Amino acid sequence: MLVPHSYRGKLIVVEGIDGSGKSTQIDLLYKWLKAQGKSVHFTEWNSSPLVKSTTRLGKKEKIFTPTTFSLIQATDFADRWENYLHPLLKAGVIVLADRYAFTAFARDVARGVNRSWVRNLYAFAPQPDLVFYFQVPVNVAVERILSGRAKLKYYEAGMDLGLSDNKVTSFRLFQQRIVNEYDAMIEEFGFTVIDGTLPVETQQNLVRKTVRKLLRGWEGLPTPEVLAQRARAVYKMRQSETAQEELVGAGEIVDEAATIAPTPQEEAA
Amino acid sequence: MTKAQFYGEGFPYLKLKDMPGRLIVLEGSDGVGRSTQIQMLREWLEAQGIAVSDTGLRRSPLTQPGLDAAKQGHTFSRTTMSLFYATDFADRLENHIIPALKAGFFVLSDRYFFSIIARDVVRGADPQWARKVYGFALKPDVVFYLKADVETLVSRIVHGRGFDYWESGMDVRFADNIYDSFCIYQSLLIAQFDEMAKEYGFITVDATRPVKDVFSDLRDYIKTHLLPK
Repeated sequence: MLVPHSYRGKLIVVEGIDGSGKSTQIDLLYKWLKAQGKSVHFTEWNSSPLVKSTTRLGKKEKIFTPTTFSLIQATDFADRWENYLHPLLKAGVIVLADRYAFTAFARDVARGVNRSWVRNLYAFAPQPDLVFYFQVPVNVAVERILSGRAKLKYYEAGMDLGLSDNKVTSFRLFQQRIVNEYDAMIEEFGFTVIDGTLPVETQQNLVRKTVRKLLRGWEGLPTPEVLAQRARAVYKMRQSETAQEELVGAGEIVDEAATIAPTPQEEAA
Repeated sequence: MTKAQFYGEGFPYLKLKDMPGRLIVLEGSDGVGRSTQIQMLREWLEAQGIAVSDTGLRRSPLTQPGLDAAKQGHTFSRTTMSLFYATDFADRLENHIIPALKAGFFVLSDRYFFSIIARDVVRGADPQWARKVYGFALKPDVVFYLKADVETLVSRIVHGRGFDYWESGMDVRFADNIYDSFCIYQSLLIAQFDEMAKEYGFITVDATRPVKDVFSDLRDYIKTHLLPK
């Protein structure tokens, strides 16, 4: 169990196996939210600049074990959490995450680490506001991956597990194990399941509908543009009030409580 | 024999049996003299015809370059540091310590995970969380806790390698200067070690005494309990 958060921002996560279509969906969601003038940021798995060289080294030399692979990805996540996600959520931003702790819970357990051990590693990460799980049969996902890409990578195919000498067979078996872990987490973490075999637009409509419901009545941190527009409106209103007062004429008693202090913009002007 | 016993889950995918080597850990503060003792133990054990291997924090070839670089920067936050050190520890345990124990080596470990959790907890980590991270850690045959007071540590640091940023906890800034921060940080660490000494059954050795006195305590213990009869 992850602990719910009370940050001003919202955390929305997509999960699913490679080829489930989650990255396409989160990208569309990002663009939609941005077009609506929301403060929105995006983060993806394994992208910490601090940890990158170590991950690259381990993959290149093939020296990861299930435990060290799990730990280095938790380190990567911790760095992104402490230096990126956490401050953004506190500030009131909508953070979209392409993969979250659940990826570790699925993959690392599929690799052989203990379930409760890996859940403890991520105990500092809060439960997201929404987790979209893109559910697809392994065959569909594997076809998508194999048709779109030249070569499966060693760890991606789960070759370190010794399931099969054949990369494609190993990949299928590994992905099936991951799917089993994901499916078992639907209730544990309250995933919103999206059928990843539906047309892209249909999936996106379902995603937007759920997100719209989450954001109803919520504001968060306005973008600089929105704030500037608001300041401008206030500034104009005051200007016209001043003009009115001048029209009414001097000598009138001013109610002190009603006097508004100048905003920084007015002072600067 | 080092028993295949762990503090938690161990490595579920490794089918480990008891190993013919011995795992000897030296824990204790910065500047307490661990590396001197390890050097002396190595020479003495080798003279007995025992194969020795040693290890210590940040020596994993997987994480060393990355950890060193992270320590140079200014974005190395608490949980990240904690997990990076756990990665280093796990890599050395699986790829160095356990294979050496299987081959019958006496492994001398300059610190174990206890130092790491002491540092984590002093920096604000949840003590239970930190302990569970190391559920994969093998139980050593013995953990010697080389204990010294802050005054002794300061004296050795001043007449030795000098004050270090991390050893003084300057990332947390326990005080506005490195000397005071060192004293506060090190005394907090000592409190953590004292607590763990009970919890994990460390053998506490008074390390304020001369080097050879400390050494003879360690040697006598090893002779009695760990050397083949």
